[in-house]
Amino acid sequence: MLAFIIRRILQSCMVLLTVALLAFTMFRFVGDPVAQIVSLDTPAEEVRKVRESLGLDDPVIVQMGRYLYKAVQLDFGISYQFRQPVIELLAERAPATLELALISSLLSLAIGIPMGVYTALRRDSVFARVFQSISLVGVSLPTFLIGILLIYLFAVTLGWLPSFGRGQVVTVSGRWSTGLLTASGLKALILPSITLGLYQMTLIMRLVRAEMLEVLRSDHIKFARARGLTTRAIHFRHALKSTLVPVITIAGLQLGSIIAFAVITETVFQWPGMGALFLKAVQNVDIPIMAAYLMIISALFVTINMVVDLLYAFVDPRLRATIKG
Amino acid sequence: MKIKKGFVAKGFVALATAAVLLSSAVYAKTLRYANQGDLKSLDPYTLNETTTNAHLANVYEGLVKRDRSLNVVPALAERWETPEPTRWRFYLRKGVKFQNGEDFTADDVIFSADRLRAPGSNHTTRVPKDAKFVKIDDHTVDVILGVPNPILLNQWEYWMIVSKKWAEANGSAAPTPANATTPSYISLNANGTGPFKIESHQPGVKTVFKPNAGWWSKPEHNLDEIIFTPIASDATRVAALLSGEVDLIEPVPIQDIQRVNSASNVQVLAGPELRTIYLGMDQTRDELLESSVKGKNPFKDKRVREAFYKAIDIETIKTRVMRGLSTPSALMIAPELFPLSKDFVRPKFDPDGAKKLLADAGYPNGFEVGFDCPNDRYVNDGPICQAIVGMLARVGIKLNALIQPKAQYFAKVLKPNGFKTSFYLLGWTPNTLDSHNVLYDIIGCRDDEKSARGETNLGGYCNKQLDGLSDQILGETDATKRNAMIKQAFQIAYDDYAYIPLHQQALAWGVSKTLKMAQRADNAITFGWITKD
Repeated sequence: MLAFIIRRILQSCMVLLTVALLAFTMFRFVGDPVAQIVSLDTPAEEVRKVRESLGLDDPVIVQMGRYLYKAVQLDFGISYQFRQPVIELLAERAPATLELALISSLLSLAIGIPMGVYTALRRDSVFARVFQSISLVGVSLPTFLIGILLIYLFAVTLGWLPSFGRGQVVTVSGRWSTGLLTASGLKALILPSITLGLYQMTLIMRLVRAEMLEVLRSDHIKFARARGLTTRAIHFRHALKSTLVPVITIAGLQLGSIIAFAVITETVFQWPGMGALFLKAVQNVDIPIMAAYLMIISALFVTINMVVDLLYAFVDPRLRATIKG
Repeated sequence: MKIKKGFVAKGFVALATAAVLLSSAVYAKTLRYANQGDLKSLDPYTLNETTTNAHLANVYEGLVKRDRSLNVVPALAERWETPEPTRWRFYLRKGVKFQNGEDFTADDVIFSADRLRAPGSNHTTRVPKDAKFVKIDDHTVDVILGVPNPILLNQWEYWMIVSKKWAEANGSAAPTPANATTPSYISLNANGTGPFKIESHQPGVKTVFKPNAGWWSKPEHNLDEIIFTPIASDATRVAALLSGEVDLIEPVPIQDIQRVNSASNVQVLAGPELRTIYLGMDQTRDELLESSVKGKNPFKDKRVREAFYKAIDIETIKTRVMRGLSTPSALMIAPELFPLSKDFVRPKFDPDGAKKLLADAGYPNGFEVGFDCPNDRYVNDGPICQAIVGMLARVGIKLNALIQPKAQYFAKVLKPNGFKTSFYLLGWTPNTLDSHNVLYDIIGCRDDEKSARGETNLGGYCNKQLDGLSDQILGETDATKRNAMIKQAFQIAYDDYAYIPLHQQALAWGVSKTLKMAQRADNAITFGWITKD
């Protein structure tokens, strides 16, 4: 088991190194950071000095090495735009993104699972068809469009909910700014979390529906019926329970992508999270922020995947046997 | 009894205080404001960018400032005189205090002049390199120049004076460079002399301004607080204005102007802006980098440049692409910045004439050429370029347009990359708000490696007579003579078809009807001129 874990950790490090290499190769094509730092009429001599001082003329591999050397000491550099340490900027923005991601995931589970169960049990009812069509919309409409439609309806036309920002936030334990404790903070969460969670919700609904249909056909449900259990007990105690294992796996894995892909939602709602910071950094060729964000997100994915792998091994005896062997 | 009376009186006082507090809470005038851009660093020397400069100018002040119609007026300098053309004497305003309570003195001016020109500053060109600052007494400073400079003060509104003691005490004596390894105090904290102070600042999230009670002049605003949020997404910014969540937005995208104006609670405040949008052509290389013509450079032929100019239907760009919000221009400078602009008229749109000119120049079937264009820098820049591609196609020119975000666009076409463009669209506002800057930076020859002349002359047009004039203009102190020479210089560029000026774009702010405010043509939002009902 220990050998397996060490092997996985080494593999994860390789993945992170590859991401770093890809990222630094890509930075060549996002534009010239110096052109963003200086203004159009800055003398060429000054421009050259800035470029030199940032080490931008060095080969990609040297730039990357320098970056990684500092990054392992948790020094992610200073943002070109804000002249503030990147790690502080990201830490300041992280609570917004994590809260949004968490609420979206909860929302998608709380709505997606019942909808999935319903559409599986009442396959031909009108509501089931309505849910199915909604889920089609959720899967196919791009996030930014959903966001803008929601803003137009609920903020501009009806005036019920705010169109941007986090509302009133309070700081808990010195560092963590939360919108969950104020009325305006909660109101501000509604539209962005629906926008961000809609895709996951439809995904979970479809998954639950498919799994449920599958399980309902299986033998142990037939036996349960034969034993004379009530339909309610069969559906919710036995069928739903066995449906939830893959659902939880998917929801867990999706949490990573919700965090990573909050970029669009955050930009549409001016949500002050890490994603919006990243997008601004791309527009302004703020390499230190881009690099740190990409590394953090890939570290997140690698960690989630590793945990899932380990959990599988823990849960499934067959896998454990292979690992030992 | 006595005790009771006192008790009652105290109760009244408490009640009255509560009432005052309550009413001030109810009537507190908060301006909620959203801008596409961001206030990136609070260090006024770190970035030279319109949004950052304009916002900081509410907090920091220069020796001079500009009024509503952009005239230079006294600020921290009460008055000044020029005993000799190369010596300026500034009499500083007395009794001015920085927001932390320190007195403003000559030492701060001298310190700021050095700091502005230190490495890491992005404003080095605002004060001549060789200018010497001499303290005469606590409230008098002499500036000794190497050469006379009639437009010395033109760029000084955004040379903001920083407190020497405060900066030194907080480890911010030098500007924060882009490659800094430690964060700087001054990029997160501000201490100016201006009408507003910054109460809190979260870069990219929210900045709160409060009036500075100790400001030396009488406030013209009635605001108690300003909450500034950067909102980059156009649709969200407009929605926030329409739903009443913010009182003021900048800019309103052209396509949303009608929608904003048709709403009952808001309106668009539009006006001409100072930026001139223009097309430039590579006139230096012997063979264009991106063209079907080999062995020669068609843009070296004046007839080809004239043909390109005449093939562009500027009125259609104005009505269709800019929805009326542009002023077609015959010059490379906005009419507000040069009084004799009206003497110049754009050559007429004439596609047949253009075809004939191309045939005369030896291209009866036209040719192909690359076209570089940004799509997130100027108002509707991408669509303008698409329209131009169509217009030139009608005279037989096939433009291979490369329309890309400004980060990639500037990386390709600017000097550090060796001006790698054949035909391009660019916009320019002279930061001196004076013609000399255009004649020097944009139209001046770039053949002298050591000189900064022509650094943004991407096409490399060159005329020595024009350069000679621009040198004379720099030192000429007589306004009438100076304007006549400027006109002469512009005439040379005009006759040569050195550039194809397109238009000055309009600026458009979305404003709640509860606000009264002044709009300055350089797109700077001045909180001090805003009153809220």
